[in-house]
Amino acid sequence: MPSKNELWVFEVDLLLEAIFFRYGYDFRHYSRASLERRVENRLALSDLSSPSEMITKVLHEPAFFELFLKDMSITVTDMFRDPHVFRVIREVVFKQLRTYSRVNIWHAGCATGEEVYSMAIMLHEEGLLKRTRIYATDYNNRSLEVAQQGIYPVEKMQEFTANYHEAGGKGSLADYYQAKYEYAKINDIFNASITFANHNLVKDQVFAQMNLIVCRNVLIYFDQHLQDQVLTLFANSLVHRGYLVLGDKETLALSKVQDEFECVSYEQRIYRKLAKV
Amino acid sequence: MNNEFTASSQKYDAVVIGVSAGGLNALTTLLPKLPNDFPMPVIIVQHRASDSDNFLIEHLGRLSNLQVKEAEVGELAQAGFIYLAPANYHLLIERNRHFSLNVDPPVSYAIPSVDVLFYSAARCFGEQLIGVVLTGANSDGTQGLKEIKQLGGLTIVQQPETAQERYMPDAAIAETKVDYVLPLLQIGQLLTALAEGGVE
Ligand SMILES: C[S@@+](CC[C@H](N)C(=O)[O-])C[C@H]1O[C@@H](n2cnc3c(N)ncnc32)[C@H](O)[C@@H]1O
Repeated sequence: MPSKNELWVFEVDLLLEAIFFRYGYDFRHYSRASLERRVENRLALSDLSSPSEMITKVLHEPAFFELFLKDMSITVTDMFRDPHVFRVIREVVFKQLRTYSRVNIWHAGCATGEEVYSMAIMLHEEGLLKRTRIYATDYNNRSLEVAQQGIYPVEKMQEFTANYHEAGGKGSLADYYQAKYEYAKINDIFNASITFANHNLVKDQVFAQMNLIVCRNVLIYFDQHLQDQVLTLFANSLVHRGYLVLGDKETLALSKVQDEFECVSYEQRIYRKLAKV
Repeated sequence: MNNEFTASSQKYDAVVIGVSAGGLNALTTLLPKLPNDFPMPVIIVQHRASDSDNFLIEHLGRLSNLQVKEAEVGELAQAGFIYLAPANYHLLIERNRHFSLNVDPPVSYAIPSVDVLFYSAARCFGEQLIGVVLTGANSDGTQGLKEIKQLGGLTIVQQPETAQERYMPDAAIAETKVDYVLPLLQIGQLLTALAEGGVE
């Protein structure tokens, strides 16, 4: 007889199959431990006792699937998260981007947009914003809505401000938002430069040639197979000598595409695509 | 040497430790007690400020007979190592014993969270897991230790009176009928004895 634990694994497998079959969202290659925590949380919140019970609801209640999808995207993000990375992007990567007349940047897995506005602010301060198109994508529409509005809890601004200065900010972060009651709204000046769009890294394709791709703290949610698939997508999307920036704990070291890149800064996880030989 | 504990045949595959306020002293006392042939990985969540990573690892590395390092994504948990969760990430262990990280919201205000590590470790190692809760001023680890116990693992908590901050040990003991409540030095002895073939 299978153990309780084995039964649980089997049920979660079936749940992921059901979701894929019914909605086309493929979570079968997500990191399992993190995913199971979310399943567990959802069971508790919806007062269900097993993943099997979730299967019935997922198959027959699209609204319940929406909840699960939301669960899968609940993460934490900040403006200028890991400020040292933004500093090196500003100092090293921008120097190269400056040599192009048009620049495309892709934030993949942009969540609620804090990282995107951080980039836009730096581009603005370095006089690069006008020539740049930023594509900011996520597969979660609710996150994209928040991102598009650019409205954040005002109490986070203190931390963001500290990050901004550590990241080499040249002015004052307060120049870029309006605080009202408990919210801070990022200024509209960035709207024209940023395109927010739904894009699922698991199944959607390359949509433009990029000079810089920023994909931070997304790959940690994927297993090696899916990481390879997504990194291949990035490699195909980058122009020759284009840049790729990953999260602080993510690396190309174990991936299939590592030979296609050189490391600009291992510490900041900044890579550059090699010219074709 | 560990004559307080007599041998049994239960074999364990990993030790997970959760510790918060007072952790530097507690780990400084406990970790050097583990011998260099300690036959299973030791995985630790210590709540701490983001910039203290290297200090903690170097400090504990100097004192310990085992190699101390930060747990990395995709890395296999192995005997001979003491792994620390990086700051600002939750540390989890997959069923194939490889580490993974995430940036989900804090649990019990903590990231990394002891509960998150313990839950995943309980699923990975089941009865072969030893869970340890040490000093701390919050209740992180309570739910995780309960889960370890429920899945048949062994549970150890630092004796609250001997802890720099007793809140975390007290909370764990209140929620779970733990197997051992001991001062730090004896936890070290017990772990060593368990590794050598277990105790009755
Ligand atoms: C932790 S957030 C990253 C936010 C930001 N890049 C950062 O580092 O702070 C992870 C994001 O990845 C998104 N994500 C997960 N799977 C995805 C997929 N298959 N396609 C696109 N986005 C995905 C989630 O919705 C979430 O917004």
